[in-house]
Amino acid sequence: MVEPLKKPPKKNPQKRTVLPTLPPFARSRRALAFTAAAAEGRFVLQRCADCESVCYPAREICPKCWSPALRWDDMPDGGQMIAETTLRTSINTYFRERMPWRIGTVQLDAGPSVLAHIHGDVNERSRVRVIARTDKSGQGVMIALPEKETPNMADDRQLRTLTCDPKFRRVLITDGRTELGQAAAKAMVDAGASIIFVGIAESWRPYPGKEALGALPGVEILPLDITDTISVQELAGEIGGKTDILINTAEHVRPGASMERDGVVTARDEMEVNYFGLLRLIQAFGPGMRARGADGDNSACAWVNLLSVYALSNWSAYGTTSASQAAAYSLSQCLRAEMAGSGVKVVNILFGPLDESWRQPLPPPKVTPERLARTVAETLQQGIETVALGPVAEDVMRRFKEDPLVLERELSQIQLG
Amino acid sequence: MSKSNRLLNELGTALLAGDIDTVDLTHTLDPDFPVMILPPEFGQCARFRVEEVSRYDDRGPAWYWRNFSCGEHTGTHFDAPVHWISGKDLPDAAVDSIPPEAFVGPVCVLDCSRESAADEDFLLTPEFIEAWESKHDTIPEQSWVLMRTDWSRRSGAEYLNMREDGAHTPGPNSDAMQFLIDERNIRGFGTETVGTDAGQATHLSPPYPAHYLLHGANRYGLQCLANLDKVPPTGAILVCPPLKIKHGSGSPLRVLALVDRRPA
Amino acid sequence: MSIGDKRQRQAYDGIVVAAPVSVPYERYSPEPAHWWLARALSGLGSASGVSPSDVDGLCVSSFTLFPDTAVGLTQHFGLTPRWLDHIPTGGASGVIALRKAARAVQSGDAGIVACIAGDTNHVDSFRAMLTSFSRFSQDASYPYGSGGPNGSFALMTQDYMHQYGVQKKHFGKLCVAQRSNALHYPDALMKTPLTMEQYMSARQIADPIVLFDCVMPCAGAEAFLVMHEDQAKDMKLPFARILSTIERHNAYPDDPVQTRGGWSLDKDELWEQSGVTPADVSLLQTYDDYPVVIAMQFEDLGFCEKGDAGAFIAEHTFTFDGSFPHNTSGGQLSVGQAGAAGGYLGLVEAIRQLTGAAQQNAVADAEIAAVSGFGMINFDRGLCSAAAILARQE
Repeated sequence: MVEPLKKPPKKNPQKRTVLPTLPPFARSRRALAFTAAAAEGRFVLQRCADCESVCYPAREICPKCWSPALRWDDMPDGGQMIAETTLRTSINTYFRERMPWRIGTVQLDAGPSVLAHIHGDVNERSRVRVIARTDKSGQGVMIALPEKETPNMADDRQLRTLTCDPKFRRVLITDGRTELGQAAAKAMVDAGASIIFVGIAESWRPYPGKEALGALPGVEILPLDITDTISVQELAGEIGGKTDILINTAEHVRPGASMERDGVVTARDEMEVNYFGLLRLIQAFGPGMRARGADGDNSACAWVNLLSVYALSNWSAYGTTSASQAAAYSLSQCLRAEMAGSGVKVVNILFGPLDESWRQPLPPPKVTPERLARTVAETLQQGIETVALGPVAEDVMRRFKEDPLVLERELSQIQLG
Repeated sequence: MSKSNRLLNELGTALLAGDIDTVDLTHTLDPDFPVMILPPEFGQCARFRVEEVSRYDDRGPAWYWRNFSCGEHTGTHFDAPVHWISGKDLPDAAVDSIPPEAFVGPVCVLDCSRESAADEDFLLTPEFIEAWESKHDTIPEQSWVLMRTDWSRRSGAEYLNMREDGAHTPGPNSDAMQFLIDERNIRGFGTETVGTDAGQATHLSPPYPAHYLLHGANRYGLQCLANLDKVPPTGAILVCPPLKIKHGSGSPLRVLALVDRRPA
Repeated sequence: MSIGDKRQRQAYDGIVVAAPVSVPYERYSPEPAHWWLARALSGLGSASGVSPSDVDGLCVSSFTLFPDTAVGLTQHFGLTPRWLDHIPTGGASGVIALRKAARAVQSGDAGIVACIAGDTNHVDSFRAMLTSFSRFSQDASYPYGSGGPNGSFALMTQDYMHQYGVQKKHFGKLCVAQRSNALHYPDALMKTPLTMEQYMSARQIADPIVLFDCVMPCAGAEAFLVMHEDQAKDMKLPFARILSTIERHNAYPDDPVQTRGGWSLDKDELWEQSGVTPADVSLLQTYDDYPVVIAMQFEDLGFCEKGDAGAFIAEHTFTFDGSFPHNTSGGQLSVGQAGAAGGYLGLVEAIRQLTGAAQQNAVADAEIAAVSGFGMINFDRGLCSAAAILARQE
């Protein structure tokens, strides 16, 4: 049985920080579809549209009937362990540092047998549940889990290389003035984070929920205004070396399309928070987190961006805000590419209309700040990188995947009220 | 030597001799300095921000410089008459067209610090002004009048003193403004708080009398002043030229007071 | 195979193999693969007297020849061949080169074919080769611990042991016997005896695989000539005859774990064409990158029934001077694995044994040799299997 994770000791200041090394990164173009799905927490394999057989590894034609019509389908996650080994040597530095390492052959209910990482609670030749996640290199891999939940399951050291569990980690929430920021702090407390730094801009302005926020165990309120480069740099100077998870809860949302704006002041405010704010955070906190991707059980592990799903495709009712969110989404892709090599995951949670004042006139279904905050915690615990949250976001994401150009036309037909 | 030459010579001599104090009435432009908060659906006052362009580095090896940005009403700042709707059509009412002599002149400081300490919503009244005049003489025409509240010693949330029903800070009532304009013909009015008006001035009639009446009469405003306790009730000279911004509604500025140190 | 060709395969009558050449292996070499292949080729010249103008067919196998292929080597080596092949089947490349060259000679497309295989081993080249070995290993194997072949063979070994009851001591016996053979083969890299006790207490590499189950990557080259019997007689070269060969790729693709190879699809044909039986075999050279593959070859080539490898191993000594001589030079496990040359090692050793070129490790009265190859862990299993039956000249 997996031992419960112990609270990591204070860092030995005389020891050099372990540099991040990576599991193998190279994949074929075809296999990247597996990675993209794994980043969403989905387990997909290629299924032949003609003969229905499932194949693995990724191919260009069906090896049974030569049909080129291979589609990536979600697969049943059940399987049977057939063989397993404990590797004690590896030619790869990342694994070498983490030996011994269990891998095994799983006969999937879906058809193929695959090589997979094995959770410590999986018994020889037992039934397993196989999930796909991105590993420290950012590429999709499979891990076989015990069929039924076991005590301390999340604490398995091989599984933990695929997840970003907040347990015992130190989290920065960039804006605690909002319900969302405060809910995120609460969710991190519940998830076992050891310290939750909460940034508050303009402390000279009161905000609701201040007392309750300050009373949460482990919460430290610190000045942070992501529209102010100096403020961001000063906070990074203070806590940048111990920020394991950064959750950017700051957003600036105003209804209105571009012609409804007189001038760019509001749009610039949106960009200042949604785009430049993110950029400032990246420049101040990114390098430190990237260097600490392998720093023990409380290594830096995740950067969480909370973005409107209209970052994917503009909704003119919130036209300029959508544009700033699109800029932020694009920047998050840049960040993900920059973080590759560090083991720090960039998590984008794309949400549908949030239940807060700037989206007050929007009809339901809406996502409550608490739901979004809980999703952040779950997403980190599961090691997922991309989530569409809420029925609206799921719908937009689905259409986006089907055809982004059609989605644009569809969104242009949705008017407010 | 002409008369005016003599006058400025005397001033220069006194300045060099240290007989005249130059008192800085300005807060440092700091990104975290409070600004006026309006209901969020309105446009907001931009905060003061700085971005480094280079600092003896690859962006500029031998020099350090930055871009700054802010609103016309950020930090210690000057309000021009065009700032308010009541002054929108007045002549010479923007910072670039205001006659420069308006920026240097005599100043009276009305000490309301004790009253403001006792009552955050203290309102300056004609009666208070007349009582002050009974001690210090009548406010001369074309003077700057500054309302000392010691509010500049407050910081953070205390300064804006914002509650759910808005800010609670002292300021003038409508009658006081009307009195200063009509009866005393002042040049401008200044405060230590974030605006020339009281925090609850939206509930006065007219709302925001310091803005509405003062600017409607082509007079000027100064706010976020500091160190008013170092300026005597009468006899000092105020120096307050704003940036010459084309059709500017106001401007951050450095406000100085020249104070005679010699015993009367 | 619903439409497959049912014609009788042609025999290899009159086609022979000669001039076994092994370039002594080195653990690490600063020289490029070209150097090793060149030494193998000049070794063929010394052994047979052929000159560059005599060789009109060239067959090459190498993993580390980049950026060259067999084509570039023709100019490099001063050859003007009218038949050329480059065989990428790793551990099966020896037998496959043999059967392709034999058909070329038989048809008259070539007169004398030089078959060469070799690789270098720089300090980091083995790691570099594994990391870019194949698309499937990149996509689906290497990310899982990067254990290289150790990981894949550990899984095969574990399942094989579970299914067929073969035990660690059986694998140990094969390794110990090969080491004992290697002590009589001067060019083997392993020069110290190995005991069963040492094997049983060896360091785990990838459970159940232990240190002595693994080959040592090294640099080296191997070569032989294929020609017509008449040609060999003209040149007064001792030779061995080719009785039969088989080759198969990606056999049993749906087996969840590999516990059998393609030989079992083709073994009946192998024996039928050869005109001999497993009992007639004087010596067997298997591909031995891990003992589990040896056990699979014993079974799948028909030397014992599937599942009987344990008992079969218990029955024999496998030494060159004992019962069932096997991997008489010590095999890759004790000589070393010189990349693609590993696929030639057993074949070249078999030719030595049949042509009287074997020295201290000669098998007495060697008449018939079986040689088997196995290659290319593309993802989770070896894809290529091949085998040949050779006979002494008379």
